[in-house]
Amino acid sequence: MSSRKTPGLNTQSTADIAFLLLCYFLMVSTMDQQSGLQRLLPPMPTEKQKTEDTKVNKRNIIIVRINSSDRLFAGDQLLDVSQLKDKIKEFITNPNDDPNLPEKEKKFIEGFGEYPVSKGIISLQNDRGTSYNAYIAVQNELVRAVNEVRAEFCKQHYGKPYQNLTEDQQKIVREAIPQKISEAEPKDVTKK
Amino acid sequence: MPELGTSSDIVFMFLFFFMVTTQMRSTEVKVKVKLPEASEVAKLERKDLASYIYIGSPNAQYVNQFGTETRIQLNDSFKTTNDIRDFIAAERDAMSEADRSLMQVSLKADEDARMGIITDVKQELRRCSALKIMYAARKAAVK
Repeated sequence: MSSRKTPGLNTQSTADIAFLLLCYFLMVSTMDQQSGLQRLLPPMPTEKQKTEDTKVNKRNIIIVRINSSDRLFAGDQLLDVSQLKDKIKEFITNPNDDPNLPEKEKKFIEGFGEYPVSKGIISLQNDRGTSYNAYIAVQNELVRAVNEVRAEFCKQHYGKPYQNLTEDQQKIVREAIPQKISEAEPKDVTKK
Repeated sequence: MPELGTSSDIVFMFLFFFMVTTQMRSTEVKVKVKLPEASEVAKLERKDLASYIYIGSPNAQYVNQFGTETRIQLNDSFKTTNDIRDFIAAERDAMSEADRSLMQVSLKADEDARMGIITDVKQELRRCSALKIMYAARKAAVK
């Protein structure tokens, strides 16, 4: 009895079965990358907070406004989307310490030392009729401006791009050049 | 007749690859969503923590029922902004205690949508304190 060999397993069909399964997974799978612009919304103000509006110095704020026909205003200038990035970069860096551009506050950053951090805030306003496409385009330009300023900072102080820094270093960069974009309370821009 | 001995192994490898990378399509999107393009997109780190809100005009087969106006889709049905609160609460409940603060809402809105409806959604999200949001966008090359 012990001399009897186990009969060979018929494996011809395994390839077919695997192929069917493969087809099934090919059909049902979605491999789309989930990506987008991440934002943190401000919490809803409570009744008490509504009355006391935080006073921000006029030079520290730039109002970026998109009206219902997707026209873009930054400050009080009519701009094209392609010009916005440089405008914002100038606003954040304020290279010549222009008194009309945001002031800087010397702040101690752990692991780095003192750095003049810009107090500028970008306030983004839109109309109910603004198209989402235009809104995202502007949001994207704002992020791009901040990212470029950060890239310059990285190059100057670390000599390598932001992605190659350690997590601590990235945190320092984020602290030195904050991304302060405020999405304003909704109001009809064109109404007034 | 050539030997095909290794083909089943190769097929198996493919199979495992797709089994690992696959993500089941959980909801059927009933609105037309063509995401806007953006170059500075960041990847969503944890898909399991994300909830999706679709905003767009209904697909052709739903036009009779719901018209062509921009609508909000939560899970599998058309909803209004008033239903967002319940939706967020349900999504929160489904998560574990530790993950709740990391919850992220991904707004998948059509590029032709108007900001009015998106502002309404954003205000409602603020009211439910679901503050981490993402404007879903397609990755585009830098111009």
